[in-house]
Amino acid sequence: MKPAGIQTTTFGSGAPDADKSPDFPTPDPHRTILYLEGVTVTFDAIKALNNVNLLIYEGELRCVIGPNGAGKTTMMDVITGKTKPDSGRVILGKDLDLLRLDEPMIASAGVGRKFQKPTVFERHPVWENLELAMTTERRWYRCLHAKLTSETRDRVEETLHLTGLMPVAFRAAGQLSHGEKQRLEIGMLLMQRPRVLLLDEPAAGMSDRETEQLAELIESLRSTCSMVVVEHDMDFVAQLAGERGQVTVMAEGRVLVEGTLDQIKKDETVIASYLGR
Amino acid sequence: MSVAVSEAPVTFHLPVRQRLFGRREWIAFWAVVGFVLAATPICALATPASSPFYLSTYALTLVGKIMCYALVALSLDLVWGFCGVLSLGHGLFFALGGYAMGMYLMRSIGLDGVYHSPLPDFMVFLDWKALPWFWQGTEHFLYTLLLIVLVPGVVAWIFGYFTFRSRVKGVYLSIITQAMTFAAMLLFYRNETGFGGNNGFTDFKRILGFPIAAPGTRVCLFLLTFLVLAGSFLLCRFLVKSRLGRVVTAIRDAESRLMFLGYNPLGYKLFVWTLSAVLCGIAGALYVPQVGIINPSEMSPTNSIEMAIWVAVGGRGTLLGPIVGAFLVNGAKSFLTASFAEYWLFFLGAIFVIVPIYLPQGVIGLFKPPRTK
Repeated sequence: MKPAGIQTTTFGSGAPDADKSPDFPTPDPHRTILYLEGVTVTFDAIKALNNVNLLIYEGELRCVIGPNGAGKTTMMDVITGKTKPDSGRVILGKDLDLLRLDEPMIASAGVGRKFQKPTVFERHPVWENLELAMTTERRWYRCLHAKLTSETRDRVEETLHLTGLMPVAFRAAGQLSHGEKQRLEIGMLLMQRPRVLLLDEPAAGMSDRETEQLAELIESLRSTCSMVVVEHDMDFVAQLAGERGQVTVMAEGRVLVEGTLDQIKKDETVIASYLGR
Repeated sequence: MSVAVSEAPVTFHLPVRQRLFGRREWIAFWAVVGFVLAATPICALATPASSPFYLSTYALTLVGKIMCYALVALSLDLVWGFCGVLSLGHGLFFALGGYAMGMYLMRSIGLDGVYHSPLPDFMVFLDWKALPWFWQGTEHFLYTLLLIVLVPGVVAWIFGYFTFRSRVKGVYLSIITQAMTFAAMLLFYRNETGFGGNNGFTDFKRILGFPIAAPGTRVCLFLLTFLVLAGSFLLCRFLVKSRLGRVVTAIRDAESRLMFLGYNPLGYKLFVWTLSAVLCGIAGALYVPQVGIINPSEMSPTNSIEMAIWVAVGGRGTLLGPIVGAFLVNGAKSFLTASFAEYWLFFLGAIFVIVPIYLPQGVIGLFKPPRTK
């Protein structure tokens, strides 16, 4: 298993108010964190992904939008190793070829994935969910005698604060509200100190208040890791991308356009295939 | 560990490691162990047969047999209740352990068999002149102990490796386990396989030189079974309370989430699965000298399904529940088959209907306070 690679940012340094200003750190064009080239996935006769290219820079928050069946989730499946593409390349960081790794290895290499439906360990208390997600020893024979270290305890506490879940730390995760589960799942991903965080429709099914809390949480994570957010809710996308953030539009398995939200809204092809409907 | 939810705790207290039991549970555990260890020899050996406290050989054998079943239920709960792998083939591991012990017991008969031959009777009957290679060494008890652990363990490991690696799950896995035990049963029914065909092994005379039917030997076997059951219970409790146990229950509840957190479930599943099979094999090995017979019907799919019923009745995912369930179902079975033989299957059918509807958490769920939301 590969080590998690170079960690350029420290977890927790991005306190909620650190990046409130509209000019968040501009992506460094010399450092790509995720690189997809010519990825094609075919299910039976249908091309779920057709020659997709995507470039995510370190520290970037990229929103991906597109109608149902555009291949957004399939793209996440490819990055995280759930689906193997017919052709193409997927590179993490400088030169780590993700196509050669399986799901647990990709996760250990620093790709965190949030599912569309919040998926947490419902029977475990909230703090145990976080503890399980902590990057410690993952091999089964080491787990037999594992004790809770003070480092783990501190990290769990830190994440509970960050996600606002401290009051429910000892509750079974299954008893949490939908929004709390979403935040818990993101908290679990943060425990792994990911380099890239993939969020699949994080605001789906949430109340306005919950969406707002989530946007704040995502905002506070900007300095921590790069993020790719797949989303339907255009208000939420506008909130995340701001004026300068790049937005990728997908349709029918292709990348249609990339640009700021304003540029995209004016783009003819996008209007034809998505927004105009 | 209970913290008021309404107010955020000022300091964050987490246990370094979870305790196996609370104080009262430990006292109850040792009280039961002490009582059984002291009372069984007295009631079985030193009490006159007329006394109401007398423990007959029949009762010893019956309870000893049910304790073996309880160990099976415990081991099945470990994989089903905690890892979410419903095995309908644990009868195979039980029988393999039983056959390993049976081989030793057959060899211990020596020249006292019907044909007064050093070979087991069924081999003489088949006109075999020498022991097959896999019977070599089975006269040694220590080697037999090794076989009891290794044979079910290796079979389970190989089976588990290929199924878990291919990510076979749920009903499909259950059906494959069922097919596995059925295939093994057909294999063991054949005389050429070398395990006595459909008659299996029986007519045992002695174990480690002691006459197998003597009350003293019976008491020893009974207590040994009890100690193994109690020890396995502690072992399983330790496992599910460890970090490994937390990971394994997480596999049960959301395997893909765990995989995308960087865990490879294969090792965890294989460990729990193999351990469960080994415990099951040990149960079979303790069962055979007490019941006095092992044959391929132990591998029949219905037996394995009944094992799952014991777990479901007692309450899966509780460890104690399946032990209780094994006693309840088998106690009822011996009572009903003795008194109203024709009603047993109706009773079994009624359990099938009643337990999932009214007792989804099993009998043990009745004694737990309902979960507060």
